[in-house]
Amino acid sequence: MAVSSGKDVRETRIVTRRLHDVANSWTYDNARADGAYEMWDEVLRRADPADIHAQVKASGLRGRGGANFPTAVKWESLPDVFPRYLVINGDEGEPSTFKDREIIEKDPHALVEGVCIEAYACKINKAFIYLRGEFALGYDRVVQAVADATANGWVGQNIKGSGFDLDIVVHRGAGAYICGDESALIESLEGKRGMPRIKPPLPIHAGVYAKPTVVNNVETASTITHIMKMGGEEYAKLGVGRSTGTRVAAISGHVKNPGIYEIEFGMTFREIIFDLCGGLRDDRELKFFLPGGASFQWLVNCDEHLDQIYDIDDISAKLGTTLGSGAIMVYDDTTDPLLVAWRLAKFYAHESCGTCTPCREGSGWIEKILYRMSHGLGRPDDMDLLLSASANVSPDVMRAPFTQTTICPLGPSPVSAVASLQKYFRAEVDAACANQPTLIPVSAT
Amino acid sequence: MTFTAKNLERAHAIIAQYPDPHSAILPLAHVAQDQDGWLTNEAMAEIAELVGTSSADVQGVCSFYTMYKRRPCGKLVVSVCTNVTCLVVGGPEVLHHLEARYGADDDVFVEEVECLAACGNAPAMQVNYEYHEHLTPEMAAAIVDDYKSGVLHARGVSGGSK
Amino acid sequence: MTAGEATKTTVTVTIDGKTIEAQPGELLIKVAQDHGIYIPRFCWHERMKPVGMCRMCLVEVDGIRGLPPACTMPVNDGMVCRTDTDAVKSAQDGVLELLLINHPLDCPVCDRGGECPLQDTTLAFGPGESRFVEEKRHFEKPIPISDLVLLDRERCIQCARCTRFADEVAGDPLITFVDRGDHTQVLNFPDDPFASYFSGNVVQICPVGALTAKPYRFKARPWDLATVETSCTTCAVQCRGAVQSASNQIVRLLGVDSDAINHGWLCDKGRYGYEHVHSDGRVLTPRVDGDDVSWPNALDTVADILRSARDLHGGATVAMLGGAHGTNEGQYAWARLMKSVVGTDHVDAQLGDGLPAEAVLGLPRAQINDLDRAAAIVLLGPDLKEELPVLFLRAKRAALEHHIPIIDLSAAPHGLSPYVTHRLDVAPGEQGPAAEAFVAALGGAGARSDAIEAAAAAVRDRAGDIVVIVGRPSLAERPEATLQAAAALAGLTNVRFLSALRRANVHGALEAGLAPGFLPGRVTLDSGRARFTEAWGAVPAQRGLDAEGILRACADGKVHVLVLVGTDPLADFPDRVLAQKALDTVGTVIAIDAFETESNRRAKVYLPVTLWGEQSGTVTNLEGRVQRLGRKVSPLGVVLDDWRVAAELALRLGVDFDFELVDEVTDEIARVAPAWSGGSAALVRAARDGVVLPVAEHRDGIVLRRGGLSLGSDDAVSWEPIKPDDEKVPADPETTIDDTDADGVELTAVDPGASGTELHVWDRVVADHLRPPRDNYALRLVVGRTLYDAGRVVEHAPSLATLARPAELRVAAADAQRLGVTNGESVRLTSGRGSITVAVRATRGVQPGCGVLTFAADGRGAAELIDASAAVTDVRVETLR
Repeated sequence: MAVSSGKDVRETRIVTRRLHDVANSWTYDNARADGAYEMWDEVLRRADPADIHAQVKASGLRGRGGANFPTAVKWESLPDVFPRYLVINGDEGEPSTFKDREIIEKDPHALVEGVCIEAYACKINKAFIYLRGEFALGYDRVVQAVADATANGWVGQNIKGSGFDLDIVVHRGAGAYICGDESALIESLEGKRGMPRIKPPLPIHAGVYAKPTVVNNVETASTITHIMKMGGEEYAKLGVGRSTGTRVAAISGHVKNPGIYEIEFGMTFREIIFDLCGGLRDDRELKFFLPGGASFQWLVNCDEHLDQIYDIDDISAKLGTTLGSGAIMVYDDTTDPLLVAWRLAKFYAHESCGTCTPCREGSGWIEKILYRMSHGLGRPDDMDLLLSASANVSPDVMRAPFTQTTICPLGPSPVSAVASLQKYFRAEVDAACANQPTLIPVSAT
Repeated sequence: MTFTAKNLERAHAIIAQYPDPHSAILPLAHVAQDQDGWLTNEAMAEIAELVGTSSADVQGVCSFYTMYKRRPCGKLVVSVCTNVTCLVVGGPEVLHHLEARYGADDDVFVEEVECLAACGNAPAMQVNYEYHEHLTPEMAAAIVDDYKSGVLHARGVSGGSK
Repeated sequence: MTAGEATKTTVTVTIDGKTIEAQPGELLIKVAQDHGIYIPRFCWHERMKPVGMCRMCLVEVDGIRGLPPACTMPVNDGMVCRTDTDAVKSAQDGVLELLLINHPLDCPVCDRGGECPLQDTTLAFGPGESRFVEEKRHFEKPIPISDLVLLDRERCIQCARCTRFADEVAGDPLITFVDRGDHTQVLNFPDDPFASYFSGNVVQICPVGALTAKPYRFKARPWDLATVETSCTTCAVQCRGAVQSASNQIVRLLGVDSDAINHGWLCDKGRYGYEHVHSDGRVLTPRVDGDDVSWPNALDTVADILRSARDLHGGATVAMLGGAHGTNEGQYAWARLMKSVVGTDHVDAQLGDGLPAEAVLGLPRAQINDLDRAAAIVLLGPDLKEELPVLFLRAKRAALEHHIPIIDLSAAPHGLSPYVTHRLDVAPGEQGPAAEAFVAALGGAGARSDAIEAAAAAVRDRAGDIVVIVGRPSLAERPEATLQAAAALAGLTNVRFLSALRRANVHGALEAGLAPGFLPGRVTLDSGRARFTEAWGAVPAQRGLDAEGILRACADGKVHVLVLVGTDPLADFPDRVLAQKALDTVGTVIAIDAFETESNRRAKVYLPVTLWGEQSGTVTNLEGRVQRLGRKVSPLGVVLDDWRVAAELALRLGVDFDFELVDEVTDEIARVAPAWSGGSAALVRAARDGVVLPVAEHRDGIVLRRGGLSLGSDDAVSWEPIKPDDEKVPADPETTIDDTDADGVELTAVDPGASGTELHVWDRVVADHLRPPRDNYALRLVVGRTLYDAGRVVEHAPSLATLARPAELRVAAADAQRLGVTNGESVRLTSGRGSITVAVRATRGVQPGCGVLTFAADGRGAAELIDASAAVTDVRVETLR
């Protein structure tokens, strides 16, 4: 029986403070009263873009979209080519991830202020905020925030007499998870099908309209304002190792209190699930949890996994999985892992852009096999077939992180669920698939 | 011409935001869909003309994105999430209830969708992209009925503001 | 790179243990292929940008995690790659299994069966069994995506070759991927078919049987086909192709990847035009007065006519029009017959719609590949997309991929308009002054307009030659305006000209002397007189008449015998009234042709000749590039090659040409024609990309072929680019010219002066041409041809015949408004010559005051309005309401 840590576990609210503490925090007046644009004002007065670089570098900030790339290093790679663009990735679509939506809807001014500061630091005069199409309310709020910021002179031409121009375009997607991939997002922003680009070139060298492009997640951009306020070194004191600061985690599933929690890196999963979130619904037994969104291997109810700390590098070094998009999904002992694996596979099959054969055809096949396995039609050799079919997509099936034969990581993502089934639930799967006849191969030629 | 004069003006303003008019395809398709209730071939052809590409290109782009409905879908698009959080807390039940209830209703288009980023209050659905969370099947039906009766005002079918 | 720079320009890579030198940035898959290591692939095509979609070409590269695709991986120095490890094999096996799970496996009823890359690759690299037991994905079985191409989406493996071709290469993005994931399908927009002039190419490059061509569907099995390399002679680009037949029927023409010319592409008119060879409309027996006769009888009759005209009234009472569709050998033999035996210089292969031989032969010539490295491309000709489609592709590519500025002196919008960087909006007939102003601006003089200054500024600092594509921009104006512009541009030091005359072998005809004032090999009557008097016995004393002059002389009764060689002046001469009068007046018409036409229906004698596919010999394209034709089928009936007809007539007139084989004709041309000096039939046969005239000047560019036609791997003929050389032999850049031996050919040094005859250089003298003032109530016409006109190929090829569109008058929106006409409405056009009724359409890009009219090539429409003697053609427009 998994239990709480017994400690006094609390959030560290930096990025999420305003949206918790200020009523109607999305309005310009309320956000402004809470200090919105003060940092931007100061940055303009200091007129020292290099200082922003220095602070962000000192902060150790790493991208909060899931790839964990150091933000300052990305900036430093910008070639000396103009115009260049800033693109904010607000296409949050990873299953069970909802932390960006919270910021977009409830603290759009923090996002706009972060965009201003980042654009200023990188000498960018045009920024695009790409929002997931389904975020209709979020779109309205960000559009309003940009309009209010423009009306109040924080965005536009010659901002506050600084000579700096910034134009922000809010762009709505239209329903495609893959556009969360930065190069697919750029394609989509260019009015194309959201198919990930072949790298190189990286967006930082040739992104939107083949110009240098900084792509940042919503949370990353919003954090920059706070780093400037706190000072980079102060921010870096939070967290553990190279995982500095806080991460906004979205926790859902069978916990008593699901929602977003801003976590200082270094907390254990036990503390997150059993203390912050109050343990499992109806005090049932934990069966398994997904520590970082839907695309990576699962963890289960054991001390090794529960006492793993929330640390980007430590979890991948020790357990081969990642913190991904910042979502944690928790499942109790009533859950059929096959059903979860099937639903994930269905998601990836539905969201495959169709570019690479292994993903286009493989995700559909994996979904079909998992469907019959999870719906009482599984056959005794289906799990082995599943592993073998998965190897067509991600050759070393059990390896974490997965190996990739596709342009982007969507292809091998469902294989993480397959590997997790094999690793932790093989006996349960075999039992579920014990009664159907074995397949007879059909000749292809 | 399918865009109304007002929307055509809007379309030109949207195009002007981008360094390359081709970028305006998605936003223009949203405007067209909000106006017509679905994305018609005529609208795609007009968008192609406006941004300077082929109709086939616009069709290829728009068909990639699930929000664009290329056949009539009624007045209300009801999107029910059944992804891995909603899956275990009642999402499929909401979906099946609504599908059964509105299966023959031309005004209501019930669809199963992927994660709506509302997992903190799962199960969730959107009606014309307005969120409704923490649902039971009965609550969900009551909400859809309220939209139908006009108690609740819906956004456009592409999520445009009311 | 300047000489003496010691930077290393190649990188060393190791593939499967083999050390290979490559250019930096070259793709791994291509480097491997060039060195005999075949990495399987579906989506990669070397003439298109890589997309890395199919993942069939996964390889191991040291230092890179996982299995990267070789098609998107540029090589770098020290790269070590393996293509044959267990991991690679297992990945290949896996990709093939996945490609097949939704593939219908209907190979026995699939056109691609037997030459299918998916079949072949599965056999070589794939699994033997499928473990997929679910329902495969279903689509409606073949749906037409155009008049010529059908699409079976169940067979499609989503490689994007067709969609990339449509967008990147053809510039017709009319088919795209629709939907996504495993529902992705290729589709056109409803009611907007893939009506590209280049649609057939997607069938050729499709790696499965998803795209099939209506003309070839179910016609043959690949293993029953016999193939020979040839040049397409639908237009003067002369794309390389591979013609295939079954049971003495041509069933398919495939594009061959000639780097110099077509990069493997063909236009649809070229690709499917072969059908006209087997048309029921062919004339297969000689006729005298409409009755079938024997060849000796027919030849004797013609010889008698020619002899009596010559002997009684002088050779100058005989004239010859046409010959532009023949082989070099036929053209030479006819030139010799007419100029030496009959003794007339009234010989013109053009039909009043081209440019004088003086200019075409006498301007510094460019090659197509020069477009890719030009300082700028100047457009001073017709709509290339309509008249020389693959040259359009090459110019478009130069603009898009090599960023060559395009300066447009055209008066009407055309296929290349979207790629033009500097449009000078020249009014019809005003290109002379515009070119002069451009040349002056280049020289630093103040420009007449901002557009001209901008164009000059874009070119001024660029290296390379300016390439002028010169042809006849409009049939409604006389050629002098174009000649004036060409003369001005020719005054530049760094300029070359690419001729845009369209008829199949018109450049061969000019080189062969089928033009007034010229003898074979780019020499004039005067400069070649001594040489040809010796070779031929006699040459005409003075310059004869061109087509317009000949027709006028016919009308005036000065020419008594008109020989029409594969030409139909009533349909094709721009001035119908003049052509009609000439044909009505001339005493005797002799026709050498393959079809009945309005003009040759009145012939006293009709001599039927062979067509493309039935002939061997050589042809010359618009660069002056001489290449061999492939003879694939035997002609039906009793038709003869055109050169043999001329030789037989000469014999009857007392001169023995002594030709037995076509190669003997080629060798005689090489012996007597100065531009050919150093060439031979054997050299043309051995030269991979042909031989560019003058041979002496281009000798260094000749690459001798090492093997036959490369039909791709595993006999997959029509999928991998077909190369005119056996590329399995490693290319060694040091010895591209093998001086010692290739099929027994020796390339000996040729001194261009050795012939003792100066090749013709144009003196840039242009006759005055007065243009009448603009009349505000009239439209000044621009008349151009369209690809699918009413010409003989389209008319006699069933697959193309339905594609012809009625002529249309395009006007500026402002003019449409002024005239009060709506799109599609019929209007009456009246010129000084006549009046016609035509539909009108407001079109973007047409200059106000201009009317753009298509020339139908059926003798109707525009030809009834044009006066060949007028500088420009103005028309009044009346509505019919």
